[in-house]
Amino acid sequence: MKFKLKIWRQKNAKTKGQFETYNIENVSPDTSFLEMLDILNDKLIKEGKAPVSFDHDCREGICGMCSLYINGRAHGPDDEVTTCQLHMRKFKDGDTITVEPWRSAAFPVIKDLVVDRYAFDKILQAGGFISVNTGGVPDGNTIPVSKENADESMDAAACIGCGACVATCKNGSAMLFVAARVSSLAKLPQGKIEGAKRAKAMVAKMDELGFGGCTNTQACEAECPKAISISHIARLNREFLCAKIQE
Amino acid sequence: MSNIFCSTIGKKLIMSISGLFLVTFLLLHLSLNLTALVSKEAYKTVCDFMDTNIFIQIMVPVLALGFAVHILYSIIITLRNMKARPIGYSVSNRTEASSWASKNMFVLGAIVLCFLALHLSHFWAKMQLQHFIGGHGKEAYSLLIELFKNWYYCVLYIVWVIALYFHISHGFWSAFQTIGANNSKWIPRLQCAAKIYAIIVSLGFISIPVYFFFGLYTV
Repeated sequence: MKFKLKIWRQKNAKTKGQFETYNIENVSPDTSFLEMLDILNDKLIKEGKAPVSFDHDCREGICGMCSLYINGRAHGPDDEVTTCQLHMRKFKDGDTITVEPWRSAAFPVIKDLVVDRYAFDKILQAGGFISVNTGGVPDGNTIPVSKENADESMDAAACIGCGACVATCKNGSAMLFVAARVSSLAKLPQGKIEGAKRAKAMVAKMDELGFGGCTNTQACEAECPKAISISHIARLNREFLCAKIQE
Repeated sequence: MSNIFCSTIGKKLIMSISGLFLVTFLLLHLSLNLTALVSKEAYKTVCDFMDTNIFIQIMVPVLALGFAVHILYSIIITLRNMKARPIGYSVSNRTEASSWASKNMFVLGAIVLCFLALHLSHFWAKMQLQHFIGGHGKEAYSLLIELFKNWYYCVLYIVWVIALYFHISHGFWSAFQTIGANNSKWIPRLQCAAKIYAIIVSLGFISIPVYFFFGLYTV
């Protein structure tokens, strides 16, 4: 397969970026999108040009490191996959593919397609955890958890923190990310204890970092590689509002 | 409760509560309007009630406040949301992900507001307002006949109601989502209820210009 790639190139956070066009040929349909970029970079290095910087790590769809806004969609045209799990067979031979970094005030571009997603870590540091006393490991099943709650918590915990929700949302809102983290803990007895404090702290941090608000367009849910439901956003709203009213 | 309304969720709470208040008002407004389709006398009775009832007189400024708050916060929220993405994408292909109405709530709201100003000047200013300021209100039924015999006024009115349909079809369920009164079972139910509510309200309002334009009334 051959493709025409329109890729965002930006030297560093301070410089202005622009699109550059590259042609790539002899790409196997079974190549993943990131492997295709590897092939392109190999070519660029051989030509003595600077390779395209992009984020990646596990390449198994579970670490949340890869990003990329491909042809107007976060993680590209396939549903419920990360960019590393996207294959070139999803495109047509001869396609022009536009690759852009996540666009959000809270995710500034560091270089080319790499953005700084440290804002997510800051939100987690604000309250995305449970405080436990260290000591002996308790027996399993000491605290009973209903199957429904365990399932719902697990669904929310599937969030890999890739930022596709922020990238896709027309408001650059991080509500799905925060909701997933709040929800996964709120449904379990261990997490419930600090529920009110957590919801308030995480929302305050999210607002402080310049993410937009949620207008319930459901775009995040559609583009989330883990298909996390906006019902978790309803739970976050409930947790936050109840916590604030009880203050 | 401290600084609840400084947060993005708190601001949205204001939008949802004021929005739910406004959609409730719309249903009341519609049921009163529909009496015009029954008879001239029934409509006159309703107008007299609206002009003189003490509860209604208290609710008029409350309603105006509801509108003001809803509009003001929509501007505050939209400005903040625009700031969250200073640089846009060159290619955007998110059409199938979310409903058209949900992405254009501010524009739809602005359309509704523009026509609302026209509507107030044509009806309310000549009817209820005259009673409040001690003037002589126009005979309401003949006002309806007079205005709706113009085809362009009917078209404007219907366009307005269609914008309102889209605004409510998203706003109604979205309000429940923001309050937190939603879950995976209720999202599709509330979305369906929003569509039904929007259809009832818009068809109801459209029936009035149609009724008067085609001269289905008897004087």
